[in-house]
Amino acid sequence: MRQAVIVEEVSKYFVEWKKKPVNGKIIDRIFSFLRWKRKKFYAVNKVSLSIREGEIFGVLGANGSGKSTLIRLIATLLLPDSGSIRVFGHDVNREELAVRRMINRVSVEASFFKKLSAWENLAYSARLYGYTPTEARPALEEIFKHLELPEEKLSGSLENLSRGMQQKVAIARALFTSPSLLLLDEPTTGLDPKSKIQVQSFVRKMNKENGITTLLTTHDMNEAELLCNRLVIMKEGRIVAEGTPTELKKLITNGNGKSEVAVTLEEVFLKLANEGN
Amino acid sequence: MLKLKKRSPVIMELRASVAFFERMMNLMRRYIGWEIVFLAYTLVNCLTIGLIGVSSGDPQRVLYLVIGAILWGFLSLIFHELSENIAWERWEGTIEHTLMAPILRATHLAGNCIATVIYGLARTALILVVVSMFLKVNLGNANLFAASVILAVSSLSFIGLGLIGGILPLLSPEKGPQATHIIQALILLVSGVYYEIEVLPRWLQFFSKISPATYTLKAMRLALLEGKGISDLKGYIIILLVMGIVLIPIGYIGFRIAENYARRAGKLSRSG
Ligand SMILES: Nc1ncnc2c1ncn2[C@@H]1O[C@H](COP(=O)(O)OP(=O)(O)OP(=O)(O)O)[C@@H](O)[C@H]1O
Ligand SMILES: [Mg+2]
Repeated sequence: MRQAVIVEEVSKYFVEWKKKPVNGKIIDRIFSFLRWKRKKFYAVNKVSLSIREGEIFGVLGANGSGKSTLIRLIATLLLPDSGSIRVFGHDVNREELAVRRMINRVSVEASFFKKLSAWENLAYSARLYGYTPTEARPALEEIFKHLELPEEKLSGSLENLSRGMQQKVAIARALFTSPSLLLLDEPTTGLDPKSKIQVQSFVRKMNKENGITTLLTTHDMNEAELLCNRLVIMKEGRIVAEGTPTELKKLITNGNGKSEVAVTLEEVFLKLANEGN
Repeated sequence: MLKLKKRSPVIMELRASVAFFERMMNLMRRYIGWEIVFLAYTLVNCLTIGLIGVSSGDPQRVLYLVIGAILWGFLSLIFHELSENIAWERWEGTIEHTLMAPILRATHLAGNCIATVIYGLARTALILVVVSMFLKVNLGNANLFAASVILAVSSLSFIGLGLIGGILPLLSPEKGPQATHIIQALILLVSGVYYEIEVLPRWLQFFSKISPATYTLKAMRLALLEGKGISDLKGYIIILLVMGIVLIPIGYIGFRIAENYARRAGKLSRSG
């Protein structure tokens, strides 16, 4: 089977400027700017993983564990400091345009021109992806039908839509171009239970029918179990566990005699993503 | 689901370049209140400056000042819109979406520049009409063709400056936009918008010589006040062209470098 994404030993650090404490001496205060210290902070630390074509791959982890950073690295929005990432054989560093043609991303916060309507925002995206708004419209309408997004809402200013609706528009925007790789960063955060189910079933449908390889991050363990073929759990920028949901459950049942049917993914998460090793 | 056909790269780039113009038109409609406010402000500004000329009793003086006000309105608008574009998309939260679009950066920037110049020309034309209704400016002597050529070539160098200005907000989300305002103010100071550059201190006149606005204003005044034609203004046209040809690639390459820096340092966006 072809590999959709290969991440090899990738690290990404951000620089933080920290100030060392200043003592009371006047001379120290004057030269206090010399006390700023540059500190590297690794958001993603030697991560390796591969995603097979056609699979839904989950990335779990506590807040700040590096999930969104990993997605941005694959999406060409951040450059890795070391290691390499290939998307369908294209290197994100050297062939950014080829990668960009194959992917699309839904970010946690809906990124739209707030005063423009949903249609106007989508027209902008359609053109950026090489389609006229008229060409894109039927595909978009079909997506909206699935997500039960009322059409009359789409002509008003986007800032007047509820967060859930905005998120649905963002999902439609990412999907109508039928990307080969879809990056979903917490796509259902802030959605009501019904919308959540609609989005989840739509993601699965797109994956089944159009074979869209999907990378998904979520804080919802049920969602992860329901959608993902395989998962990794990240902690402080590193991958601490990898496998199918069942395999992950086995990891913590080994030794305590419980059957893996009895543990939930949530227990796995609490054990692996949070506990100190 | 409906599958959209994949497009050839050339068609993709061409279609994408329209995106920025269409977006601008839509934004203008949605922010029409602010459009009117800014237009009114610029108009009043031009008229006020024109009236300073009227009070001097010299009709040529009125035209001299009005040319400065209107032309500066046009040039500063191009510089401002282009250099603030990144800062503005960051504020809207769309910057990552725009920058990860599958198009060449050159298409993105060119689309933006063309949209901005069209917008600037439309606004300037409107202001010109209103100002000429209020102030009796005498264009009997003017060479309008030469003036249009000057406007066209000066747009090039201001596009270059705007692209260079756009580098700073990529490097620093907060200080970048502040710095572009300072640059804009400095260009206004040294370029002889309302006075001859000779009144400036010597050391400042050096900056006048490297500002494309200086040559634009000089040439425009010669065309409109003294009716000078293309052949008389050849020198200015060549200088402005050369400045455009030098500044645009510097702006583009600088933008690419700054973009890569921003992607390395995580300056595009950090939420999520
Ligand atoms: N552009 C950036 N500049 C500086 N630090 C950053 C940047 N982006 C992320 N970080 C830091 O890197 C760490 C990982 O952040 P990231 O957003 O990847 O976490 P996450 O797993 O997505 O968390 P959450 O579940 O809250 O979305 C955090 O400590 C964050 O503050
Ligand atoms: Mg995140």
